[in-house]
Amino acid sequence: MPMRNLGLAFVAVLLLALPAAAAAAADMTALLVVLPYGVFVLFLGGFVYRVVRWAKAPVPFRIPTTCGQEKSLPWIHNNPVENPAGPLGAIGRMAGEVFLFRSLFRNSQTEIVDGRPVYGSAKWLWFFGLMFHVSLLIAALRHLRFFTEPVVPLATGLSALDGFLEIGVPALYISDVTLLAGLVFLFLRRVVLPQVRYISLFSDYFALLLIATIAATGLLMRHFFPVDLNAVKTLAMGWVSFAPSAPADASILFYLHLCFVFVLIAWLPWSKLSHMAGIFLSPTRNQINNSRSRRHVNPWNAPVKVHTYAEYEDEFRDKMKAAGLPVEKE
Amino acid sequence: MKNNKWGLILLGLAIFVIGVTFPFWYGKEKTAPPALSLETPEIAGSADKKCVEDKAFMRANHMKLLNAWRDEAVREGKRIYTAKDGRTFEKSLTGSCIRCHSNKEQFCDRCHNYVGAKPSCFDCHIVPAEVKK
Repeated sequence: MPMRNLGLAFVAVLLLALPAAAAAAADMTALLVVLPYGVFVLFLGGFVYRVVRWAKAPVPFRIPTTCGQEKSLPWIHNNPVENPAGPLGAIGRMAGEVFLFRSLFRNSQTEIVDGRPVYGSAKWLWFFGLMFHVSLLIAALRHLRFFTEPVVPLATGLSALDGFLEIGVPALYISDVTLLAGLVFLFLRRVVLPQVRYISLFSDYFALLLIATIAATGLLMRHFFPVDLNAVKTLAMGWVSFAPSAPADASILFYLHLCFVFVLIAWLPWSKLSHMAGIFLSPTRNQINNSRSRRHVNPWNAPVKVHTYAEYEDEFRDKMKAAGLPVEKE
Repeated sequence: MKNNKWGLILLGLAIFVIGVTFPFWYGKEKTAPPALSLETPEIAGSADKKCVEDKAFMRANHMKLLNAWRDEAVREGKRIYTAKDGRTFEKSLTGSCIRCHSNKEQFCDRCHNYVGAKPSCFDCHIVPAEVKK
């Protein structure tokens, strides 16, 4: 069954190549004028919708999963980041999570050695995961050179730094190599490890294959089948200045790249890839662990009719005294 | 805490929206591709006005051609390039390319600046304007 998901993902990516091929062959380039705005609206609107929905979900109690000593008595050494007692600690904890993938760094692996379980550190997923994400961010930011005029220094600076090895012309970007390496690891992890393969869904494979195809078409365009960058930039600048014009002719690779990018961007907020927003809204990570120093009352608790002991004694005091039972108030 | 939460949500969404719409509000000087100038004395004086290879090939592959020229001329000592149509050229940026295209700012730089390419040619070679002086 899990391998069927992989097969389906392959088929889906191949099918997505068809509209791109059709657009290139049948000169449906007019689509390039309208489609990007639809994709962008889906992307922006989708994220706003999902974040607002997540934010609306009631979180009445403190449910952070902590990994350090809670703040309590002054002489007990506490861990302010792993078990935050205030907003600063929570911000630090989230920064570690967002920028350094702290949770993955904590990953461990169990092995049976001489009939006993032995726990060891397992950092591979953390390493390749972080490498993949950073590479993807750099690759996305480098594309700003097509969307800004004059080109923002961030894009030129990143490109210079990224290509400083000067391997080939145009220079090979280090982030492209690390992006592919990360993708290969994440893909093999799903295919090779039986337990990960078992839980891998269509969308898991699809996301990886989609990004891999985008990277592959991009690299082919950069290094093997050059496209007219002036036309590409004119197209991109047309989009951002709301005066789009379809390019006279562009290679099939460019259409494939665009098609997959549009699918990725439009699908992103509605898929598991929305973790790029969701990570900020993870209650087990972003909460301050103050459930013992502050009282949190469930706001939608139904009013419960209680009968306190004081009221009970008021009601039955005479009978209790008559029966010789001790009472608190005479 | 509840009001605080919506403040943070709005702040986060605002940062996100402003960030991803950056190209839309960032200053746009020009959106049309640059026009290249071929108006140099050398080109005006030449009879056939033909580059080393045809225009389409040069537009797409000039960087690869130059890179191959550098390796072959400097490392292997092969200094003569035979074009597809049989004409021969010296593999030299200064002696062949810049002899005609002596207007770096109106020729090389226009496209390179537009697409954000930073070739390293003139890290070593002198800029043509400095030759004239």
